[in-house]
Amino acid sequence: MALYSETVMDHFQNPRNVGEMPDADGIGEVGNAVCGDIMRMYIKVRDGIITDVKFKTFGCGSAIASSSMATEMIKGKPITEALELSNKAVAEALDGLPAHKLHCSVLAEEAVRAAVKDYYDKQGIAYDPAVFGCEDCAKAHEHDHAAGEA
Amino acid sequence: MYVYADNAATTSLSPRALEAMLPYFTEIYGNASSLHTPGQKAAEALQKARETVAKAINADFKEIYFTGGGSEADNQAIISGAMAGARKGKKHIISTAFEHHAVLHTLKKLEQQGFEVTLLDVHENGVVTPEDVAAAIREDTALVTIVFVNNEIGTIQPIAQIGAICRERGVLFHTDAVQAVGHVPVDVRALNVDMLSMAAHKFHGPKGVGALYARKGVPLVNVIEGGQQERGKRAGTENIPGVVGMAVAIQEATENLQADMEYVTGLREKLIAGLSKIPHSRLNGDRQQRAPGTVNFCFEGIEGEGLLLWLDAKGVAASSGSACTSGSLDPSHVLLALGLPHEIAHGSLRLSLDAHNTEAEVDHILKVVPQVVDYLRDMSPVWDELERGVTPHLI
Repeated sequence: MALYSETVMDHFQNPRNVGEMPDADGIGEVGNAVCGDIMRMYIKVRDGIITDVKFKTFGCGSAIASSSMATEMIKGKPITEALELSNKAVAEALDGLPAHKLHCSVLAEEAVRAAVKDYYDKQGIAYDPAVFGCEDCAKAHEHDHAAGEA
Repeated sequence: MYVYADNAATTSLSPRALEAMLPYFTEIYGNASSLHTPGQKAAEALQKARETVAKAINADFKEIYFTGGGSEADNQAIISGAMAGARKGKKHIISTAFEHHAVLHTLKKLEQQGFEVTLLDVHENGVVTPEDVAAAIREDTALVTIVFVNNEIGTIQPIAQIGAICRERGVLFHTDAVQAVGHVPVDVRALNVDMLSMAAHKFHGPKGVGALYARKGVPLVNVIEGGQQERGKRAGTENIPGVVGMAVAIQEATENLQADMEYVTGLREKLIAGLSKIPHSRLNGDRQQRAPGTVNFCFEGIEGEGLLLWLDAKGVAASSGSACTSGSLDPSHVLLALGLPHEIAHGSLRLSLDAHNTEAEVDHILKVVPQVVDYLRDMSPVWDELERGVTPHLI
């Protein structure tokens, strides 16, 4: 279907790192079923490096593809680098998303950050709460929805 | 095998319709308003098409106005009904919450112009009751407009009874019959309708052409101004190939109607029985009172767009009420009108069959849909929580 790039379709049909992780060090879940998409991301961390990632997603083709791409982009990377993953980078790596689907990449970025935050919380690692600015994330998400409906 | 199961979106063009249309692109290309021979040949074809379309719905040919499609017919019918009412100081319109957007958006526009719109409840089974209509009619009601067959779930509305009530109360009645004509019997006299919209491409005619039936005496308002075509009610050079194709298609559809209805209903029943075996699934809309070919299901724990993309990859063209496909993130207004929660409405699938489909194709659908539903549920965090009992199953 011409709606999506070949890369999006590849990640949708052959999602990387899909599944669960019973011994995850951090789990992040964002979105809600009412809006039509939920992403749950699991990370395994060793010496500050994300050694393994898994995800489960309820959502459209681009939500699944965005999750898959995000897991590939942070796997094997230092946690600090994962925190810098932007929705723009995810969308670009997917060779673009339709305008009304950009919120899917935002959700992928948020899922990664939520998983890292959960890891920090569980490990008792101190962090600057502003880094996560979750209220802003939620607002950005809602804003995207409003834009998509226009 | 690739199965086209999206006939409510559009249908293939009938080969006989195509054959009938072709000379009107090349040899008989005259403008039907011209006085010369080529023009008059086109005018003859136009008249013949008008008579054929009229006959198919038991109307008089003078009551058929060709349009650029179903949406245009809906727009013109509603605006005409509203304006006729407004001239008598009546500015109230009754419709339903699950109309096509060609109706709902036109009503929205009229609301901005001072009309008051009552949208009737369609109940859990997707059927409006004549009693609800009777109760909603007021002294200042100008128009009632109710879809004949809902486009997403396929439920059939009690048009004849609603029409009788409207006639008795002196209120104009329009029905959007875009999904009905060519699929269920449509007789404008028996239905007591004043206006009725149809679109050729929904019954194997060409795209870009439709018709508005307006009973003699119903005052139409133009939505397209210009020349005197269509007795001055719809300007623009007539689409002769289009109306010729439409006439052939409607004739074919009505000739084979009873046999096709029985055959397609059989396929539909098989499809419903098969899909009902998927756990935590739900048939949307009344079990009996539905168009022969339309089936709409919700599958808990998954989202509709992913389902459609996978079905396409596995050889099934289907559709979804899912917002993702339409560019909006809201789930289907039709499913929400049935009272379904958002999270259920997101996981919907519409399969619309017609007489071109085969039993082997239904078997193929029944093979791949459960596979795809299982696969998507397996990667869904929502399904995970439902299965672990974190959140309760809703269906």
